[in-house]
Amino acid sequence: MTDETQAVDGGEETTRRDFIYIAAGGTAAIGGALTLWPFIDQMNPAADTLAEASTEVNLAALDEGVGITVMFRSRPHFVRRRTAAEVEAAAEADVNRLPDSNARNVNIGDGELATVDNRSALTAAVADGVTVDEAFARTILVSGANCTHLGCVPTEGAGEYDAWFCPCHGSHYDTAGRIRRGPAPENLPIPPMTFTAPTTLVLG
Amino acid sequence: MSGPSTYDPKTGIERWLDSRLPIIRLGYDSFVDFPTPKNLNYWYTFGGILTVCLMIQILTGIVLAMHYVPHVDYAFASIERIDRDVNFGWLLRNIHAVGASMFFLAVYLHIFRGLYYGSYKAPREVLWILGVVIYLLMMAAAFLGYVLPWGQMSFWGATVITELFGAIPLVGGPITEWLWGGFAVGNTTLNRFFSLHYLIPFLIAGVVGLHVWALHVPGNNNPTGISVKTSNDTLPFHPYYTVKDGFAIAVFLVIFAAFVFYAPDVLGHADNYIEADPLVTPAHIVPEWYLLPFYAILRAVPDKLGGVILMFGAIGVLFILPWLDTSKVRSMRYRPMAKWFFVGFLIACLGLGWAGAELPDNPVPILGAVGIDFLFFGRVLTLYYFAYFLVILPVLGFVEKPKERPASIDAAVTGGKSAAPAAAPAE
Repeated sequence: MTDETQAVDGGEETTRRDFIYIAAGGTAAIGGALTLWPFIDQMNPAADTLAEASTEVNLAALDEGVGITVMFRSRPHFVRRRTAAEVEAAAEADVNRLPDSNARNVNIGDGELATVDNRSALTAAVADGVTVDEAFARTILVSGANCTHLGCVPTEGAGEYDAWFCPCHGSHYDTAGRIRRGPAPENLPIPPMTFTAPTTLVLG
Repeated sequence: MSGPSTYDPKTGIERWLDSRLPIIRLGYDSFVDFPTPKNLNYWYTFGGILTVCLMIQILTGIVLAMHYVPHVDYAFASIERIDRDVNFGWLLRNIHAVGASMFFLAVYLHIFRGLYYGSYKAPREVLWILGVVIYLLMMAAAFLGYVLPWGQMSFWGATVITELFGAIPLVGGPITEWLWGGFAVGNTTLNRFFSLHYLIPFLIAGVVGLHVWALHVPGNNNPTGISVKTSNDTLPFHPYYTVKDGFAIAVFLVIFAAFVFYAPDVLGHADNYIEADPLVTPAHIVPEWYLLPFYAILRAVPDKLGGVILMFGAIGVLFILPWLDTSKVRSMRYRPMAKWFFVGFLIACLGLGWAGAELPDNPVPILGAVGIDFLFFGRVLTLYYFAYFLVILPVLGFVEKPKERPASIDAAVTGGKSAAPAAAPAE
């Protein structure tokens, strides 16, 4: 500004014009940026989308070795009551040598090991006055049903581990929902869950 | 535009308009008296063909939008209604759906023509970059449009492509939720995809305007790659190239019509006639044929983020191509080595398309006998794809000895009989 004041006669007028120039430019820049935000933010999940209900699963209806798919937060989730053989097959793997050794279970903090127990319904919260059979809870696996690669729903009872195989890009999951082979980077995520009765599990 | 205007308004009305808005002058200088190299072959007709493709897509798209309902509960049914009940709806939808494939067929021939004749080199770098922008917008429009019928391929294609953004570290999750407007592909997603699908063709039309502008400043490249030197090298665009383009467009439309009337679904997937189901992924999901090479590149990398980076890099590398090719010679007619590497590149692109259509673990015919599956096949071709741009073209400029080029376009066509040979040395 000093240069301009020297270059142009009538320093007072130049200064006022400079002020208006900067004030107008600043208002346009900041105002423009602020106006842009509503246009960007409108694409984020709306209030009604965020107000999600929880999902109740009746485990008593599941026989051993039977799995179902339920919707929770607009995404499919696997609920499977595993056979003892399936649980043992998953327990045989060396946890530290898995592609993803993180349990990916929000019920127990981040960074816990992806052991069979840490990924089962044993980690679910239990409502007051409810007693859950631990051996039973250990056979229950609840996990997100979207492949952690690009979101396809893996096929049940397929793949190298007879558990889940993603048809899109060939990811193999084991009977604990852990990624074992293929492009997927993470284990299937375990949603928040609570036993509200010995055989009733509420997701959310 | 190149050269002074030769427009001479004949009537009073034309003179009146010309001094207020010289729009007739612009059209005359651009598409009537525009000096065009006289040796353009039929590979140069795809610009005109692509303009027709864009107009067809916009026209059919606008009328289809009058009958389509962008809601998860009605979208699939409204497409069926267009096919069965709306007057000529079957025809309009088939033209629009087949039109997308024809558009890509034409754009690929247009791009490969540019690669062979060196149309991306100085002074046409901006022209080339604008073309790559159009190609990117076309892919976005095609992807968004494919989601609208809300079939199984629509839904799962949308899921897979939007999840690609989830591979971005830290912000990946929030970005995918922002794209979806929820926690999965749903009604909100369908709504915004419809809105954007309607918008993008008009953006393309705008960039096409810039593309033509950037073409008319340096003028057309030509099969010899030699710059225009005198008026002996050129012909006026009209009637010489309006007729040539017109004939090519007519032949192209015959092929177009053959698909529309006899095989409208042959380029699509039967699974998209099953309504979208978030609980079941089709056993074999693949994109439309024109995106298969990129899909093969995505799968060639065992790492999620790496695959995404490489896939976008395959298009990104096109933006810097003008500076990667170090050869001073434009046309591969006079580049004995580059010509064969180009043929290899063409085969690699087709091979990647083939690999993208197959399951990664399937053995390649014949080569499967020695244990080569489509994953390995795709990896080798991906390597060649990138090597072509990043190693072969930069190095060839230094090691290749180009063949002797004719003195001028005129000399290449007539052997220099039509005028006194130009004294200027070749380029």
